[in-house]
Amino acid sequence: MNTLGQAIAEAGTLLAGFDADLLEIIGLSLRVSLTAVLIACVIGFPLGAAVALFKFPGRGAVSLLLNTFMGLPPVVVGLLVFLMLSRAGPLGVLGLLFTPTAMIIAQALLVTPIVAALTRQIVADLWREYGEHLHSLDASPTARLGTLIYDARFSLATAVLAGFGRAIAEVGAVMIVGGNIDHATRVMTTAIALETSKGNLATALALGFVLLTIALVVNAVVELVNGWAGRKAALA
Amino acid sequence: MSTRQTILPLEFRRVVYEADGTRLLHDIDLTLAGGRRTVILGPNGAGKSLLLRLAHGLLAPSSGDIVWRGAGTRERVIRRQAMVFQRPVMLRRSALGNLTHALKVRGVPRDEGRERARAALAMAGLSDLAHRPARLMSGGEQQRLALARAWATEPEILFLDEPTASLDPAATRAVETLIGGFHAAGTTVVMSTHDLGQARRIADDVLFLHKGRVVEFGAADRFFEHPSSAEARAFVAGELLW
Repeated sequence: MNTLGQAIAEAGTLLAGFDADLLEIIGLSLRVSLTAVLIACVIGFPLGAAVALFKFPGRGAVSLLLNTFMGLPPVVVGLLVFLMLSRAGPLGVLGLLFTPTAMIIAQALLVTPIVAALTRQIVADLWREYGEHLHSLDASPTARLGTLIYDARFSLATAVLAGFGRAIAEVGAVMIVGGNIDHATRVMTTAIALETSKGNLATALALGFVLLTIALVVNAVVELVNGWAGRKAALA
Repeated sequence: MSTRQTILPLEFRRVVYEADGTRLLHDIDLTLAGGRRTVILGPNGAGKSLLLRLAHGLLAPSSGDIVWRGAGTRERVIRRQAMVFQRPVMLRRSALGNLTHALKVRGVPRDEGRERARAALAMAGLSDLAHRPARLMSGGEQQRLALARAWATEPEILFLDEPTASLDPAATRAVETLIGGFHAAGTTVVMSTHDLGQARRIADDVLFLHKGRVVEFGAADRFFEHPSSAEARAFVAGELLW
């Protein structure tokens, strides 16, 4: 309990003091995870919607894979990206290993299946409702995809949040491909792991509270925007 | 609306529809001519909705042909039709947004689309609700919006699948008035209902379906005065059919 109390106090001090190192770590965490989520959305929205909408050979298998990949172990993804990007790997010439870009790639791989699988489910439900109307209008495949993704936008925010939660909280992948280098690739989760292994439990816990606070703020903002815009468009 | 070349008449040639091995429509042969109001009557499960969906192209027949004998490419034939469902499909947008979406999908330029959408809303008496979220409107308003949306796309033939089945009398009346507006503008109307009173008010022709077969098809007056089949006589007399 002593550690817990100490941690809360330290978290307050850290945040209130605008510690430069801490802000740098928070900034990198957000930059890496938000970029990864953005990439995941650009790929996952159309991919998930297409699987929901179009009949093609292997559609069931793709759907099964997406659902399975929602639970990809971060360390495995980290390891695969590490192998690809290491000097001897096929993409070694790019020199990306131990850079934020490598971390973004790893997290995007983790998050894309989550966004795509949830999008598939959400769009499939909406398609059941909209299908006959869009068919009746003779909407092109692109118009169908666009209409469904646009009209599902409030439900899709949940998919984005799920993806963001996964990205900001994972440690295995960024640790392996980023290397937790101070002032270069250190993010919240790897910092927590480091402080814990050094025995600085209070600092580690304090960082944990900061991480939770960020997640809370992000979720609250999305919730507020959704509630306001949702009432306007009546997703009910 | 009828100045352009017509896609009608619509002809069913020995059309059969089966689902999971069950034959739901048997050897349908019929021709729908332009300008008429045809009401499809029959008890639940007779195949009324199926027939409409086949005609509109939402379903493909298991065998037989559905032929648009008028002029036109496949795209033109499809885009000269509209359909309104029993439970209107309302996009998660404003009333106006539902209309502009339909017109955008149909390739109408943006400015012209807004103009046509506003005119259609006015026609349906919904101008004041233009910015109301469609899904927060009442059932009657939603069905009127669905009709306005169909109107905006300027169909030559309008299919309606029990459009008033879940509406109160006042809303039903408003919908029937709008359907009359389509007819007056030269649009061919094909509508299913199990409401005899509504059929008497609207129909020029009656197509009576029972257990997936066309039992009678002809002028409404004759159908109501002298139904020739036992099933139709029982239906017109208000007896239960199954």
